[in-house]
Amino acid sequence: MSDTTANPALSADKPAKVETPFQRFRAEFFESKIATVALAIFVIIVLLAVLAPWITPQNPYDLGQVSVMDGRLPPGSEAFDGYTMWLGSDGAGRDLYSAILYGLRISLTVGLASGVIALLIGMAIGLVAAYAGGRIEAIIMRIVDLQLSFPASLVALMMVAALGKGVDKIILALVIAQWAYYARTVRATALVERSKEYVEAAQCLGISRFRIVFRHILPNCMAPLIVVGTVQTASAISLEATLSFLGVGLPQTEPSIGVLIANGFEYMLSGRYWISVFPGLALLLTVVSINLVGDHLRDVLNPRLKK
Amino acid sequence: MTVFIIRRLLQAMLVVFMMSVIVFFGVNIVGDPVYMLVSPDADQADIEAAISRLGLDRPILEQYWLFLKGAAQGDLGDSFIFGEPALKLILHHMPATMELAFSALMLAIVIGIPLGLYAGLYPDSRVSKGIMAASIFGFSLPTFWVGLMLIMLFAVELRWVPATGRGDLGSFLGIESSIFTSDGLSHIFLPALNLALLKISLAIRLTRAGVREAMGQDYVKYARAKGLSTRRIILVHVMKNIMIPVVTVMGLEFGSLIGFSVVTETIFAWPGMGKLLIDAILQLDRPVVVAYLMIIVLFFVLINLIIDILYSILDPRVRLQDQGA
Repeated sequence: MSDTTANPALSADKPAKVETPFQRFRAEFFESKIATVALAIFVIIVLLAVLAPWITPQNPYDLGQVSVMDGRLPPGSEAFDGYTMWLGSDGAGRDLYSAILYGLRISLTVGLASGVIALLIGMAIGLVAAYAGGRIEAIIMRIVDLQLSFPASLVALMMVAALGKGVDKIILALVIAQWAYYARTVRATALVERSKEYVEAAQCLGISRFRIVFRHILPNCMAPLIVVGTVQTASAISLEATLSFLGVGLPQTEPSIGVLIANGFEYMLSGRYWISVFPGLALLLTVVSINLVGDHLRDVLNPRLKK
Repeated sequence: MTVFIIRRLLQAMLVVFMMSVIVFFGVNIVGDPVYMLVSPDADQADIEAAISRLGLDRPILEQYWLFLKGAAQGDLGDSFIFGEPALKLILHHMPATMELAFSALMLAIVIGIPLGLYAGLYPDSRVSKGIMAASIFGFSLPTFWVGLMLIMLFAVELRWVPATGRGDLGSFLGIESSIFTSDGLSHIFLPALNLALLKISLAIRLTRAGVREAMGQDYVKYARAKGLSTRRIILVHVMKNIMIPVVTVMGLEFGSLIGFSVVTETIFAWPGMGKLLIDAILQLDRPVVVAYLMIIVLFFVLINLIIDILYSILDPRVRLQDQGA
């Protein structure tokens, strides 16, 4: 970004420097301060989650490191082992800062995994619908419409009621709740692309259908897919937290952010707010930052809004 | 037209049937409810007696057949925990949920439309930008988290309203509801607000978009030219035109309010269907889970059927398109 300002000589040599699409996209994206800050926050959250074992004072799920003596300490208290619990501790004596970072690992993994799987499945189905046309398309789109007439949260709730608890089952439930959004997006975009001249040209060159769909049409559908993907991933994270909070999502052995908030809920009425509030803030920052990035991506990637 | 309605009815029935397969088989392979029901020191004979009493020793296909036969006669099985018919249990909890969803819808309309109107009339003012930013938060904040914050702020810190329960019921025109007593109102305020947040944001955005579009229309210019006061133009002419789509969309959201109420009811211990569902899932009370899910599916399928038919009356193209496919 700061190439031109750092090297005025260089830019003077090549005044007509051609921007690649990615550079243009990057420049436009960072024009928005809010989106830049949101992206930075999200990157920091991911880093914190990934680095959790090395930057937390304790492993909150190693029983040897947790002391019941530390239970329900307010923020800023000193733990039995000597370190300061800046965010306090929960009912079992776990340092909340550590528990939140470990919880983020689980929440982000579930959210991203379900997002990626739903994207791949939805994309494949949407492409098939757009390219096959006729009866197959009619049937697929009827199923998609049908599913979209139920709120995603309700579909996910039905699925966990039917599937039970566990990481794999939650991911499956979220994929089932979300694939239709991707399928609809891909199909709508692919339909527009299919009627363009470059597809006709490719057909004239005798390129196989499969290759046209995946090498030529699909790359042109990526922009809306990325936008839907970010928003849906945020909603997957939030849905998982909701289900876990209700006690029908992840089990206590997989303490995601939602499980932490649920554990703190019982202490809330007695004024021990921090056990629920801090994990909640972490969830909030994650979901809102992804949504803000997605919102801005929509503006940047949508050619109709270009000046 | 008749053909269209029959086709849609058949489709709706097919959907309900498919959901019954998914829900029944899904729910019946999870966990073993018997161990939740017999006491821990029960011997093998007790356990087997419980299994055969609940009909769990039969092959699952036979269980499903019995379920279908019962369902056709309006019997969705008896709750394992309460021993009462599941359908009766759900219908008993339904008024509380309806009341909550209805109050939330009213709140969304009463709060959302005026805010949206303001944001549409003065799009560049600071207040409007604040309203729009708040509506983004309304969309992205998880409902349960907002509920927790509401409890913490209004019930624990300020002690203005109680945190949980339904409060006293009042009766008006034969309908029992908490909204007819002051105690009931103080109980319903927080859960209804919590449930309404998402819809308030929606109402704000719809109204704002509608107002901004309407203000540039010829009829507004004409009313101005005629010398009508701005107040009259907005309240009579503009509002009339934007209220129809906004209220329609909000009405259609009623179904999703009932779906979302699962979360709100659990947080505020509101004795509705949603809380019943979560309790039933946790206690492996399969008949209640299956019955709830079937009723919700039926509910949504019905709403969609009605919308489809209404649209096809209003816009014949929908009907033709469907026949062409």
